[in-house]
Order: sequence, then C-alpha cells, then structure tokens
Amino acid sequence: MYAQLVTTEGGTPREGMSDQERAFQERIDRNEKIEPKEWMPEGYRKTLIRQIGQHAHSEIVGQLPEGNWIGRAPTLERKAILLAKVQDEAGHGLYLYSAAETLGVSRDELLEALHSGKMKYSSIFNYPTLTWADMGAVGWLVDGAAIMNQVPLQRTSYGPYARAMIRICKEESFHQRQGYDIMMKMCAGTPEQKAMAQDALNRFWYPSLMMFGPSDKDSVHSEQSMAWKIKMNTNDELRQRFVDQTVPQAEYLGLTVPDPDLRWNEDKGGYDFSEPDWSEFYAVIAGNGPCNAERLGARVKAWEDGAWFRDGLMAHADKARARRVAAE
Amino acid sequence: MPSLPDVMTPALETLAPAGQPAPAPQEANRDALVEWLLRTGDNALILGQRLSEWCGHAPALEEDIALANQALDLIGQCQLWLGLAGAVEGRGRTADDLAFLRDAGAFRNLLLVERPNRDFGHTLMRQFLFDAFHLELLEAARASSDPRIAEIAAKAWKEAAYHLERSADLVVRLGDGSAESHDRMQAALAALWSFTGEMFTDDDHDRALADAGVMPLPSSLRPAWDRTVAQVLDEATLTHPGEVWQQGITDMGGGKRGVHSEHLGHLLAQMQFLQRAYPGARW
Ligand SMILES: [Fe+2]
Ligand SMILES: [Fe+2]
Repeated sequence: MYAQLVTTEGGTPREGMSDQERAFQERIDRNEKIEPKEWMPEGYRKTLIRQIGQHAHSEIVGQLPEGNWIGRAPTLERKAILLAKVQDEAGHGLYLYSAAETLGVSRDELLEALHSGKMKYSSIFNYPTLTWADMGAVGWLVDGAAIMNQVPLQRTSYGPYARAMIRICKEESFHQRQGYDIMMKMCAGTPEQKAMAQDALNRFWYPSLMMFGPSDKDSVHSEQSMAWKIKMNTNDELRQRFVDQTVPQAEYLGLTVPDPDLRWNEDKGGYDFSEPDWSEFYAVIAGNGPCNAERLGARVKAWEDGAWFRDGLMAHADKARARRVAAE
Repeated sequence: MPSLPDVMTPALETLAPAGQPAPAPQEANRDALVEWLLRTGDNALILGQRLSEWCGHAPALEEDIALANQALDLIGQCQLWLGLAGAVEGRGRTADDLAFLRDAGAFRNLLLVERPNRDFGHTLMRQFLFDAFHLELLEAARASSDPRIAEIAAKAWKEAAYHLERSADLVVRLGDGSAESHDRMQAALAALWSFTGEMFTDDDHDRALADAGVMPLPSSLRPAWDRTVAQVLDEATLTHPGEVWQQGITDMGGGKRGVHSEHLGHLLAQMQFLQRAYPGARW
C-alpha cells in the first residue's frame, strides 16, 4: 500500500505488560482513539511515524507520475480534472505530515529522511506513465487500491491518523471514478485508444497488486500492528478484495487482466490469481525500479532549488518580527 | 474511426430549409469581439499551462497546492472565454478546438504569459505583473455593456483578486527577505519588465470595442497598474526598472497579434500532442 513495508517495532506480550501498557492495549481493544498528548508505548509511536510518514511521502511523490501528463491532457476538462486530482494528493501529503507532527516529528525531518533514502514511498510510483491511458489506469487501479487500504484505516486507533483518513477517503473515490471514466472513454474510442487502455492495464496490474505489500507469510511483525490497530487487515486480505472488485470492472471495459491463471473460485467466493513477482517488488523498493532515480531526484531537486525561497520567507518573517519589537 | 452512419443524429436537412443553413446573425464588432475573447482566453490558458508545469516540483507543499489552484482557476476561465469566442465567431469551434487545434500564429496571448517558468522567483514575478493587469482588465470587463462578458468577468474577478493578493504578498516577502531572495526577485523583474508594455497597447480591435462601449482601451488600465506595481515594488525594496525598451509593441508584432516568442511553439507542441496525434478521437 502507500505504506507497504513498514517495519513494526516489537510490542510487549500481554503477560509481560506493565499496568500502563495493559491499560493502553485495553483502550485499543475497546476501540478508543489514542490522542496526541496521551501516553503511548514508544514502539507504537515509532511504528506510526514510519507508517504515516511513508504514506505522506507516497502522496507527494505520487504527484509526479500524473503530473507528467497534465501538460498533455487531451481536453481542457481533462486537464482541469487531473490538476484537481494531483492537487488533492499534495493536500493529502499535508494532512498526513500534520498527523505525523502530533507524534513529535517535523515535516522537515521526515522530508530529510525521504531525500536521503532512509524512508520509502510506495513502489507503485516508480513505474512510468507512458500514455494518456495510464492516467486512467492509475486512477482506477492505484487510487482504487489506496481506497481499499484506507477505508479500514478510518477506524485506526490513532485519532489524528484516523481523521486524516476520513478526509482523504472522501477525495479518493473521486480519483478512482475519474480514472475509470478515462478508461471507459478509451475503451469506447478508436482501436488505438483501446490498445492504449489494454497496454496500461498490462503494465499496471502487477505493480498495483504489489501495493498491498508482501504476502502475509512474509510480513514481519504484522500481528503487532494489527493488535495496535494501525493495520486493520492483512496484506493478502486486501489484495484479494482488490482483485475481486477489479476483475469485473476490467470485464465491463472489455479488457483482459494479464493473468492466464485468473479464475473464479466458487468455494472461496473470490478469484484465484497469480502473485506478482516479489523479486521485482524488492528490487523496486531497494531503489532499482524504472523511475526511482527520476522520482526521488525530482523531489530532491525541488527541495534544493526551493531552499532560497523558504529561507527568504523566513528572513522576511524575522525582519517583520524585529520591526514589530522595535515599534513597541 | 470507421465512418458508420450515426442513427441518433437527426438529419439536418429535415430541420433547416433545403440546402440553406440559417446564417448566424452577424454581431456588431464581431471580429473585434472574437479577438478580445481570444486574447483574454489565451492569456488564461497559456499561463495556466505554464503554472501547471510546477506540479510536484514547487519549493514547498503549500506552493504546489497554491499553483495548482491558480492553474485550475485559469483553465476554468479560459474554458468560458474561449467557449464564448467560438460562439461569437459562429463557425462551430468549441473551446477545446480553439485550445488544441490552432497553431501558434493564431494564439493571441501576451508574450509575458508564455515566458518560461525558470526559477520560482520568475514564476512569481510574472504572476504578479500579470495579476495586477488582469485584475484591472476584469474590473473593467465586469462593467462591460456586453452581459456575456460581464458575467464571466464577475466570476474571474474574484479569482484574480485572490491571485493578486497572493502574488503581491510573496513578491514583498521575497523582495524584502534574504539577500539571495532579494537578488533573485530583482533579476526576475529585470528579465520580465520588457514584456509588460504589450499589456497596454491599443490597436484597431481595441478601439472598435472602446467606441462601442464594450471595453475601455487597454492604455486606460495603465495608471492603476503603475500604482499597484510601484507600491508593491517599493514595499518589496525592489528597484523599479524605469524606462526600458518594450517587446511586441511595434506594428511588426506582439503576442496580441499572433507574433510570439519561440517558447510558445514548444508549449503548444506539448499541450496539443494528443489531439494532433489522434485526430478526431474522443477523450
Ligand atoms: Fe491520495
Ligand atoms: Fe488519490
């Protein structure tokens, strides 16, 4: 997901918990929200910072693959919709950095960790957007996968994170709809447009499945995150739900999901499908995806080129303060 | 697209007298009006396109959001102005046709708005110089005797007022900020100043609309713009460039008459790519 490989700090097994830890866990079990000023185990705080930070970074790096097509959007209306969508993603980044700040980490510290490569963002944004149909596929599949993950997170135990998710989810469904709408137009269009749509699905299918993170059997410490209710479902549960939702949508478009082993399984009431190539996933996470260098490079460049701007505003604020003091 | 008969389209000949499509009523000053609408719509479109290039690359998240917001406002305005231009022109061209299927020589935007973004200081200074003009233009357009213009201008004016508030504020803060931000803003001002004169030149189309009471002459907007600019530059501790040779104001050209810089062709090559590569496709 947007936070797909978060290392969870080990918690304390229930029998070894202090009274404070036990009281905390019981509040979570009762679905009470934990608020910023309240006591929390250090592992909970650290894990949340990683998860929210990774999510925030994904939102802002996520501006880039779609930003790549704003200048080439084929109609004024599509240009406006895409601009609004990418602007929303920047806004999501803002909400999430603010949520992380309530845990005692500043936006600048988190950005520093992103720029130095210490913190990650979702692997999906390291894939290129090659045609206009990719704007459709990204909205439909990537925002679709994001919704799948974020809707349950509206009930997450940390109050500021849960509230950020509620605001974000409202906007994500518009994102997915505009993407699917692009796909519908492409699939009803010329043979070239239809081919572009199929090609986009071919390229984005497996990377979208990777968004949910490694298979449950390979996810370390995921039970602790679930006990803390900062992870509400397992990776495989969400991936299954995503496939079950998406396959009929692809059929409606007249597109073929690029998986020869995809078939409905009556017994489990869901589709059987092929796993993505996890060695590719780990390679992309490690920095070797097709666009890692461009994406991170663009963010670092934006930050470095903008240093004079941020410093200039600070300098002005200092001067203005000094003038106010002098006038008093 | 295979050209199959479209059974849903009513046959035109059954609706209009045989072979004689009713001519659109000729508007008074039609050509001048279309010119003005293209100029105003193209300014919004080209500047919106330029601003959207910042998406994801701005110096702070708040700026990414603010610039995308302004770009959105401008694209929205251009849809209204170009839509009206197409309607007044009466040749069945939509706002999209005008945006995506004209070549550079048919664009009527000012040279200022097609200037490249360069650093964020250039982008902000260009925005401020334009916003200060845009607000005066829309202020006048709100009072136009043509209700269609007045209606669009009333909506656009509110947005332009906010844009000017923001760009003027940033010019002041960066001009009167650090030594580096001051120098960058001064350099941006120097680089852009010679593209401001074009905003206030009058030509025959302008005079026709002024005579008809549709819009005042561009030159009449100058004093208010001068005042705003002088006041903001002063507060920003920036030096006014004074008298400088101005681009695009001789009879030979200028963006208003379709003689552009080299930059516009590249901007259009990008913007129009899909419509040009897949003619007639629907998106
Ligand atoms: Fe988002
Ligand atoms: Fe989204």
